Amino acid sequence: MPQTASLAAHEISCQRGGRLLFADLSFALGPGEGLLVTGPNGAGKTSLLRIIAGLLPLHAGRIEGGDESVPLPELYHYVGHLNGIKSALTLRENADFWVDFLEGDSSGVEEAFKRFGLIELEDLPAGLLSAGQKRKLALTRLFAAKRPIWLLDEPSVSLDTASVKVLDEAIAQHLAQGGVAVVASHTPLKVKFAHELKLKLEPLP
Amino acid sequence: MKGAWALLRRDIVLSWREGGTIGTALGFYLVVVAITPLGLGPDLNLLSRIAPGVLWVALLLASLLSADRIFHNDYEDGALDVLATGPLPLELVAALKSLAHWVTTGIPLALLAPVLGLLLNLPIDAYPLLVLAMLAGMPAVSFVAAIGASLTLGLRRSGVLLALLVLPLYVPVLIFGVATVSAASVGLASPWPPFLILCALSLASIVLAPIAAAAALRTALR
Repeated sequence: MPQTASLAAHEISCQRGGRLLFADLSFALGPGEGLLVTGPNGAGKTSLLRIIAGLLPLHAGRIEGGDESVPLPELYHYVGHLNGIKSALTLRENADFWVDFLEGDSSGVEEAFKRFGLIELEDLPAGLLSAGQKRKLALTRLFAAKRPIWLLDEPSVSLDTASVKVLDEAIAQHLAQGGVAVVASHTPLKVKFAHELKLKLEPLP
Repeated sequence: MKGAWALLRRDIVLSWREGGTIGTALGFYLVVVAITPLGLGPDLNLLSRIAPGVLWVALLLASLLSADRIFHNDYEDGALDVLATGPLPLELVAALKSLAHWVTTGIPLALLAPVLGLLLNLPIDAYPLLVLAMLAGMPAVSFVAAIGASLTLGLRRSGVLLALLVLPLYVPVLIFGVATVSAASVGLASPWPPFLILCALSLASIVLAPIAAAAALRTALR
């Protein structure tokens, strides 16, 4: 698994519900570069991330990830609005599932649990967690398996300031190791992003 | 391989812990079969003649109760995004989740069937084949149910629509399932030809249904 990667988009556009969200969008990220996506609600930040993750079809243009013409699932993590946590499983069982399913190793999870302060809670059912703790558990997925491309959709929502700092450090460390991150966020993060993309709300026709 | 096993194990654990799935299906099966003799009267000959049909129809209805859960919870809480962007192909994910449904619903229901056969005066000789036929036929039921579950993903009150979509597809399973058990209980014809067709239906569903379910899941994720 290569730990450095590149990600590029060439004139991609996105259409949702018959409405053009953005068109002719291009960016190129080399190893260690981050992209911050900003813009008003409904401008297409989530759609952009889901397109890169391959969950939404590409309307036009193309995306290149790594050396391949399509970003392979093995290359990226996608953490979206929904946490993807199973309430009936404990924190540890949730994390262990990701490790096994994503073919990672559990040492990263251990580290992330300590950093986010979840280690004392690991035997509790995840349904008992607060919104911020659930978010932190969802973010530990980033460490369950090493992936060079991180796609984060509002990662800091409902996190406290200390946890935002941990997240900041984690993204910075990921970039320093040659990873790539695309982050959509309203709250300012301290990480230096090499590129910034401002999406505008296109007027309705 | 490790990922596939982890997903199967997770789904079985979840259906046990979230509750409702196994218990409701078994309870429903019991109640439907138990009230049938009350409606038909105490004619033992009639009951033993219609027993295979009643047991199979009730089995199909009971297994549909939990069918909409195959993908629904994962869709609601975002876990389906993780599953769809993981290293396993979505077809395999759909197949594993259908398999988990067979383990958690199909096997318990098939094992309960002999107890219910008693209520309907089914001849004792037919019990081994009754269980065998249900175990062999239920994969077809679970895998086809997964198609319906993925097509109705994101809809409100999807359970009824799911039943409308899927029940007509169960007709072959019903016909050959009942034929197997009837042949075993009456003893005039060999039960093995319909049983083998039932196995073939299950094998075909295991291969084909996950492809359809995965296609529907991709549309649902958009």
